[in-house]
Amino acid sequence: MEQTQAGPAIVSLEGVTKRFPGIVANDRVDLDIRAGEVHVLLGENGAGKSTLISMLSGLQQPDDGRILIDGVEMPIRSPSHALSLGIGTVFQHNMLVPTLTVAENLALGGRWWQRPRIAELTARVAEIARPLGIDINLGARVSELSLGEQQQVEIVRALLRDSRLLILDEATSMLTPKGIAELGALMRRLVERGLAVVFITHKLGEAADFGDRVSVLKLGRKVGEITSERLRMLERAALVDEIVAMMFGRQAGADEISIPPRAANDDALLEVRELSMAETSDAPGLDRISFAIGHGEILGIAGIDGNGQKQLAEALAGQRPTDSGSVMLAGQALDGLDVGGRRKRGLRYLTDDRLGEGTVGTFPVSINYFLKQIGEPPLWRSGMERTREIDARAIELTRRYDVRTPGISTPVGRLSGGNIQKVLIARELADGARAVIFNKPTYGLDLANTLATRQRVRDIAGQGLAVLLISTDLEELLSMCHRIAVISQGRLVGIVSNGDRAGERVGRLMIGLAA
Amino acid sequence: MSADAAPVSAATPDASAGKLSRRLAIALGPIIVSLALAGCVLLAVGVNPLAYYGFVVERGLLSPLGLQQTLTRMAPLLFIAAGLIVAFRAGMWNLGGDGQFLLGAVAAAASAPLLVQTLPGWLALLLAFLIATVVAMVWSLVPALLRAYQGINEIITTLMMSFLGVSLANVLVKLAFLDPSTTVPQTRTLAVSDRLPRLFETTITSGLIFGLVAIVVVHLVMTRTAFGLKLRTVGANPRAAIHAGLNVPVLTIAVFAISAGLIGMGGAIDIIGIQGNVRADWNPAYGLAVIPVVFLARMNGFAAIGFVFLLSVLSIGGESAARRLGVPQHFTLVLISIVLITLAVAEYMGHRLNQARKV
Ligand SMILES: Nc1ncnc2c1ncn2[C@@H]1O[C@H](COP(=O)(O)OP(=O)(O)OP(=O)(O)O)[C@@H](O)[C@H]1O
Ligand SMILES: [Mg+2]
Repeated sequence: MEQTQAGPAIVSLEGVTKRFPGIVANDRVDLDIRAGEVHVLLGENGAGKSTLISMLSGLQQPDDGRILIDGVEMPIRSPSHALSLGIGTVFQHNMLVPTLTVAENLALGGRWWQRPRIAELTARVAEIARPLGIDINLGARVSELSLGEQQQVEIVRALLRDSRLLILDEATSMLTPKGIAELGALMRRLVERGLAVVFITHKLGEAADFGDRVSVLKLGRKVGEITSERLRMLERAALVDEIVAMMFGRQAGADEISIPPRAANDDALLEVRELSMAETSDAPGLDRISFAIGHGEILGIAGIDGNGQKQLAEALAGQRPTDSGSVMLAGQALDGLDVGGRRKRGLRYLTDDRLGEGTVGTFPVSINYFLKQIGEPPLWRSGMERTREIDARAIELTRRYDVRTPGISTPVGRLSGGNIQKVLIARELADGARAVIFNKPTYGLDLANTLATRQRVRDIAGQGLAVLLISTDLEELLSMCHRIAVISQGRLVGIVSNGDRAGERVGRLMIGLAA
Repeated sequence: MSADAAPVSAATPDASAGKLSRRLAIALGPIIVSLALAGCVLLAVGVNPLAYYGFVVERGLLSPLGLQQTLTRMAPLLFIAAGLIVAFRAGMWNLGGDGQFLLGAVAAAASAPLLVQTLPGWLALLLAFLIATVVAMVWSLVPALLRAYQGINEIITTLMMSFLGVSLANVLVKLAFLDPSTTVPQTRTLAVSDRLPRLFETTITSGLIFGLVAIVVVHLVMTRTAFGLKLRTVGANPRAAIHAGLNVPVLTIAVFAISAGLIGMGGAIDIIGIQGNVRADWNPAYGLAVIPVVFLARMNGFAAIGFVFLLSVLSIGGESAARRLGVPQHFTLVLISIVLITLAVAEYMGHRLNQARKV
C-alpha cells in the first residue's frame, strides 16, 4: 500500500440517522471523509450504504444528525446542490436517460441556454477515459448499451465534473478484472491529487487493495473502522478475515471451488445451433452461436461486458428476434415460441437489469414474485386474483430466499439492490425450471448472499437442470462451471473445460489469443 | 402525469381515521382556494361570485329538478371516466374521447329510431348500444395499431383522430342521417317512450345505473384480475411487461378498444337515454372535461364517481348560471382547471414542507 497524505476531513457525518417506514436504514452514523483517502464502505445487502450515499448526494435528507462540509454544518438540499459542493456520485442503479445518446447524457446539466459543446466534450472524455481503459461510443443510444457500459459512462460523467469528493456505489460490479484494476489505479491518482473517494463494494479483495480506510456498516449502524495506519500494517488475508468478522460477526467460509457432479444422463438438454442476429449501429449482433448443455451441466459464458451476452440471453429467452438458427430444449424446438411459451417449457431467464425490466418498482414485492405467471392457477383462478394464496406464497418465498423487506406489500423499488436481486432469483427458480440462463446472478450481492446464490446455482445443476451462466467475474465462472465459453463481438471464440490452467486459457481467449 | 403514478393495488390497509381527515383537508383546502381564485376571475368580468356559486349550488344540487338533471348528466360522464381509467392505468393517453363519444352518439342516433320500428324496444336499444360501441372501437384502431406496431405516440394520434371524428360525426348528421321531416339539421329523433326508462317517479335516466356498473366493473377488473394486472404492468414498466412475456402489442390494441368502446357507450347512453337525437354541430366536449376529473381521482373508480358527481353539479349549475348571469358556459372548465393547478401546487408545497421539516 502506498503512503498517502491524509488531509483534513472535507465531509463529516455526525450522528446521521435515516428512518423508513418499519426500518432504520442509518442509525447515528459518524463518518469522516478526508482528502487524499480512498474510504471504503462495506456492509451486507440492506446495511444502509446506498442510503448514506443518497444523503451525501442530496437525494434524501437525514432525519437526525448533521453533515459538515469543511467543518461547517451544511444541509445538502438537492442533487444539484451536492454537485456545486463538489460531490460527484456514481449511483448503484443507473441514472442515465435511455432515449438520449451518451454524448447528450454527458452534456446534461450544462447551462440550458448554451449549446452543448460536443467537440470539447469528446476531447475531455477521451482524456479521462483512455487512462481508465474505458472505450465509449459517444454517439450510441444509452438504451442499447449493456449495463456494464452504462456504468462506465457514469464513472466518466462523474469525473467530468471536477468533483472534490467522488462517490462510487458498487461501480465495479460490472467491470472486468482489468477494468477494476484500472479503476483502482485511477482512484489512487485522484487521491494523490487531493481528492477524496468513497468506494462501496462487496468484494473484500478490492477493499484491501484500494482502500486507505475501511468503514463497516451493519443493520444501519457503523460497527467498525480500520484506520489507514492499521490497514498498512495488516497482511491482506488477515485484513479480509478481520472485515468478514466485523461484517458478519462470524467466519463466513471463503468461496470454495466446487464443481457439482454431472448427472448420469449425458444427453444435451439445451442445444443452440447457428444462432445469428444482425448487429445494429450501437449493439453487437450474434454470429452463428452454437453450443450444447447437458443435464446437470453448467456452461459459463465469459467475456468483456457488451460483447453480445445480453443479446444472446434475450434471444434464448424469446425476448429478441433472431435471423436464423435454432434452440432446442429436451429435443423440442423452441423456435417461434414467445417468452411465455418458452417459460412454460421450462426455460428460465434471470435478467441482469433488475430495475429496468426485472421488476415493476411501484408494485408490491408479492406481485413482483409472480409477474411472469400472471393469470396462472393457483394464484389466479379464472382470471381473478386470489390475494390470500398470493400473499401466502410470497411470504414463503421471502423466507426461503431470505429477502429482507419490511413486508410483502412494500413496493419492490424500495428494497436495497441486493434484496431486489433475491426477489428475481426466487421468481426464476421456483418450480418447473429445466434450463436456466443466469445473467450476472450475483452482482450486487454481499459475500454471504453471493455464496448462497452460487450454491443455489450448483444445486440447480445438481438436480439435473442445464445452466447457462453469463458472468464478467472470471473467479465466479471458475468456481463452478464445467466448461467456459468465451464470447467476443457476438461470436463464441472458444470453449475451455474447467480445470488446470483454465483461468489462464480463458484469459488468453478474451484478449484475442488462441487458448 | 407519469405512468408510474398508477396506484399500487395492495397498499397497506392502515388508513386510520386521523389520516383520513388529513386527506380530506388536503383535498378540500385547494378546492376552497380555487373557488376563491375563480371568484376573482368572476369579479374581473363583473359578475358577483357569490351569486354565481349560489346559482350553481342551487340549480345543480339543491333544487330537486336540478339534482335530477345532475344525476342524469352523470350517466355519459361515468362511461367516459371508465374508458379513460382503463387507458390511463395502462399508461396510454387516450385523448381522443370527444371523437369516440360523438361517433358513438351518431351511430346510436342513426340506428335506434330505425331499429325500434321492427324490433322489440329493449332489443333495439341493445343493438344500437352495441353498434355505437363497435363504431367507437373501430375508430380507435388507427392510433392503436400505430402505437402497438410502430411505437408512435398516441397522444398526438388520438387528438388528431378526435378532430377528424368530430368533423366526421357532423358530416354524417348533415349528409347521411338527416331527418327529412324537420328543417333543423339533426338525426331522426327517438321517441321519449322508446328511450331508456326513467328511474322511479323522477326524470333521472336509468343510464345512470349502467354508468355506475360500468365504472365499478372497470375498477374491479383493473385492481383484482389478471387482465387488469397485465395492463397495469404495461403501464408502469413496458420493458418489464416484455420481459415477463406479455404480448404488449395485443394488450395495447385491447386497451384502446376497451377504452374507446366504453366512451362510445357513453355516447350511446346519452342518445338512447337522454337526448334522443344528435343535432348538427353538437359537441359537448365531455371527453376533455372528464380527463382532469380522472386525474383528480388518481384513476380510482370509486373516487371518480364522486368527482364525476361534482363535475355534473358544476356543469348543470354552470349552465343555468350562464343563462342567468351571462357567464360563458365553459367557465366550469376554467373552474376545474384552476382546481387542478391549485392541487398540483398544494402537492408540491406539501412535498417541500416535508423535506424542509427534515433538514
Ligand atoms: N425509499 C425507501 N423507502 C423505504 N425503505 C427504503 C428506501 N430506501 C432504502 N430502504 C431500506 O433501507 C435499507 C437500507 O437500504 P440500502 O439501499 O441503503 O442498502 P445497501 O447497503 O445499499 O444494500 P445493497 O448492498 O443491497 O445495495 C433497506 O432495508 C431498504 O429496504
Ligand atoms: Mg446499495
